[in-house]
Amino acid sequence: MKRLIILFVLFLLFLTACSSNNTDSNPPPATYIENKGSDTIVNLALAWAETYQAAHPEIRISVTGGGSGTGIASLINGTVDIANASRQIKEEEIANAKSNGIEPLEHIIARDAIAVIVNPENPVRELTLKQISNIYSGKITNWSEVGGEDRPIVRLSRETNSGTHVYFLETVLRLGSDEDKTLFSTDTLLLPSSEGIIAEVRQNPNAIGYDGLGYVPKDLKMIAIAEQEGGAYVLPSIDTVNDKTYAIARDLYMYTDGEPTGIVKEYLDWIFSPEAQEIVAELGFVPVTDQ
Amino acid sequence: MEKSLTWYEFVITRLIKASGYSAILFVALIFFFLVREGLPTFWKADLSSLFSTRWYPIEEYYGILPLITGSLIVTIGATLVAVPFGIGTAVYISEIAPRWMREILKPLVELLGGLPSVVLGFLGILLLSPFLRVFLDLPTGLTALTGSLLLGGIAVPTVVSVAEDALDAVPRAYREGAWALGATRWQTIWRVTFPAARSGVLTAIMLGVGRAIGETMTVMMVTGNAPVLAVKLGSLFSPVRTMTATIAAEMGEVASGSTHYHVLFFIGMVLFLISMGVNIAASSVVFRAKKRAERILS
Repeated sequence: MKRLIILFVLFLLFLTACSSNNTDSNPPPATYIENKGSDTIVNLALAWAETYQAAHPEIRISVTGGGSGTGIASLINGTVDIANASRQIKEEEIANAKSNGIEPLEHIIARDAIAVIVNPENPVRELTLKQISNIYSGKITNWSEVGGEDRPIVRLSRETNSGTHVYFLETVLRLGSDEDKTLFSTDTLLLPSSEGIIAEVRQNPNAIGYDGLGYVPKDLKMIAIAEQEGGAYVLPSIDTVNDKTYAIARDLYMYTDGEPTGIVKEYLDWIFSPEAQEIVAELGFVPVTDQ
Repeated sequence: MEKSLTWYEFVITRLIKASGYSAILFVALIFFFLVREGLPTFWKADLSSLFSTRWYPIEEYYGILPLITGSLIVTIGATLVAVPFGIGTAVYISEIAPRWMREILKPLVELLGGLPSVVLGFLGILLLSPFLRVFLDLPTGLTALTGSLLLGGIAVPTVVSVAEDALDAVPRAYREGAWALGATRWQTIWRVTFPAARSGVLTAIMLGVGRAIGETMTVMMVTGNAPVLAVKLGSLFSPVRTMTATIAAEMGEVASGSTHYHVLFFIGMVLFLISMGVNIAASSVVFRAKKRAERILS
């Protein structure tokens, strides 16, 4: 019985400790920034918001995903301060915004590039976009068809819920065409994480995979890619992504209503600072400014 | 004092009763929830799409056949590994091993059962799959076979501990009787102890199968998750996608109430029905065996 009482007292102490933690939080924040849009950017936007709020406790930044279209629609309706988008705003969206009295202003906040990777033992060094498309759709099944050894090709991809998967499908498999309904070959391995792809490529000379440029470790071989047959083969790097010679890369945007002012301006200025752009690199994207 | 004791007793019996009934309640609630979320599949996705062979949910291809065959091939493979190993180990521990050996082996097997499946999956990616790729000269080591071997390993401790308990429960007099008739040790095990413990051993196998079919993390990590229809023997050596891995990989990102969401619940329903089928089959066999035993004894 005595033991029970001691336990009970300890439990009460624990409870009071928990509740006292809750009460002495910071004074309520004064200002909010609403930030919504692309699911590709949502992790980056969250990481930025967390770091920024740690330094500026008086500001609360609420970040939500939902897709680029959702973000831009909210900007047009005037419900968010910043819209995130992994594509450029469309003509009709600009027209809609103008009729609502909103002037969307574009900021390129980071770039996203996908590197195609193979095992270092694989002699293949360069491929055209068309060849990669044919490999992933199952039209090319042996490395000898693209100048490699006589080995079967093992295709690795991220799971279908990954933004990288969708971007790769649209840009590489379908070569950016809306009418093209090419699908991944059914025997494409769908791995749940970047690490899974990297581990398999590292030990399997038959494998081909893709991943965000920032995630590729040094000991794997990146493929130089030509946009057209006969074009120059370009290796992915921060430079080739920023000068737009590398084919599988896109800009990531934030849109504001007109020239930002006040805390939104301060936040956007901070986003282009070396500290914020370092977070870009940590999350596997390509920074837009020199660090 | 007398009164408080009966009051205590009343509460405790009710509590025990309630926890007994709660198992039934929970199963019923889970099934109800699965059906509620899974049945809309039938009017949201058309049946021809549901029973086609292409699974690519982001473009509205909802063919679940590859997932069902994937789960079945991995589970059958795992059973083929777990049953001989598990029962062999159980027989060794219960009938053959000396006492000190038994006291080492039993806790070790139980420890193996407590190993988190994600750890096994990790070992599978880093050690087993590269080894199988080189050893069997396969295009990739992420195959149904890799999943089967690891799942077999996961199911072995379950099979061992239940089967060993069943063998242990066989009265010593049975064995002594067999020895007295001049039976060898093998004859005693195979013809006397084993048949006497049959229903327990069968339960062990079914629990092992249940463990294998429901396991998620390991298969998601090592089977490659390619939704290919697995109907040939060769499918064992190529990547497959199981139902559990599909639910785990896709449920996190799916929009609630969408067709994809309902199809994932439908897969959950199929999984539930399969494991219920396995359980019913097992208990009917056990029930029949018991009846026969009663007839013989009476």
